Amino acid sequence: MTLQVGLLYSRIRKDEKLLLTELRERDHEVTKIDVRKQTFDIAAAPAAFDGLDIVVDRCLATSRSLYATQFFETYGIPVVNSHETAAICADKVQNSLALEKAGVPTPATKVAFTKETAMDAIEEFGYPCVLKPVVGSWGRLMAKIDSESAAEAILEHKATLGHYEHKVFYVQEFVEKPGRDIRVLATDGEPIAAMVRSSDHWITNAAKGAETDAFDLDDEALALVRKASDAVGGGLLGIDLMETGDSYTVHEVNHTVEFKALDDAVETDIAATVVDWLEGKAQAAADELEVTV
Amino acid sequence: MTDCVECGAEVSLHDDLEVGEIIDCTTCGAELEVVDTEPPVLERAPELEEDWGE
Repeated sequence: MTLQVGLLYSRIRKDEKLLLTELRERDHEVTKIDVRKQTFDIAAAPAAFDGLDIVVDRCLATSRSLYATQFFETYGIPVVNSHETAAICADKVQNSLALEKAGVPTPATKVAFTKETAMDAIEEFGYPCVLKPVVGSWGRLMAKIDSESAAEAILEHKATLGHYEHKVFYVQEFVEKPGRDIRVLATDGEPIAAMVRSSDHWITNAAKGAETDAFDLDDEALALVRKASDAVGGGLLGIDLMETGDSYTVHEVNHTVEFKALDDAVETDIAATVVDWLEGKAQAAADELEVTV
Repeated sequence: MTDCVECGAEVSLHDDLEVGEIIDCTTCGAELEVVDTEPPVLERAPELEEDWGE
């Protein structure tokens, strides 16, 4: 089955190049859609989208990703990940609520809307605890709060200098992880590969320079990955776990997941496995349409 | 080869260049976006936005 695949992007990273190469090698027709150059009509799909079997959202900007996925769904064009998944994963509050609701172990978290109540939440956790922006990635603007005076300063800065989203204070317990966390790349809860990200710094994102190495998931981690994926609506996801001694806690699920670091760390052909899954999703969508018609 | 729009130095390009890809100028460190491939055209890449990420 030859597919017409739309790749929604604003920057072609190594991740997108790996996908483009794999799709083209399989003779799929790829339409690159630069989200910065596209307009979306509320009433009808732009002609540029004619014939697309599936769209892969690889937008760097969360705001664009959220709107664009909704437009594609409105136009009846299958998009991965879905708008529902994007909306949950794009916002740390939604992400935490979904994990908690699904019974997935996740760090204790409180949300407050003023400096005063945020301070109350911080004091309840004690020091250290963590303050994160509700929207953001790559470990940016994360604060490990070690003292009351540090908390006061950070809250003051966020309240005064920040975008309104920074006035949604997302306060979390500090998890004593063993100098590393685990990134699992999964499609609809089925792991493609996993790696550990190790660093002397408390933030262990690969984007922050953490060292990566392949990791074998045990049965408990496998079950948590499936459950976390279901909790956010499934899709191509980056699920982040921390080891807590005898178990795990899932701190985040990412919906426009980068996999270049994982591709370097493991033997699995990541792009090929993702494209296998995309082909299946496109086929399932086509079958569903046929039944509906 | 093409020129860096920031410092004018020559920037070497690889064969499988893609529109939308980012190239670093090894001379001045500027991030350059590929806006065309035939022939290659580079522009200064947009600054990192707060909601970018994965």
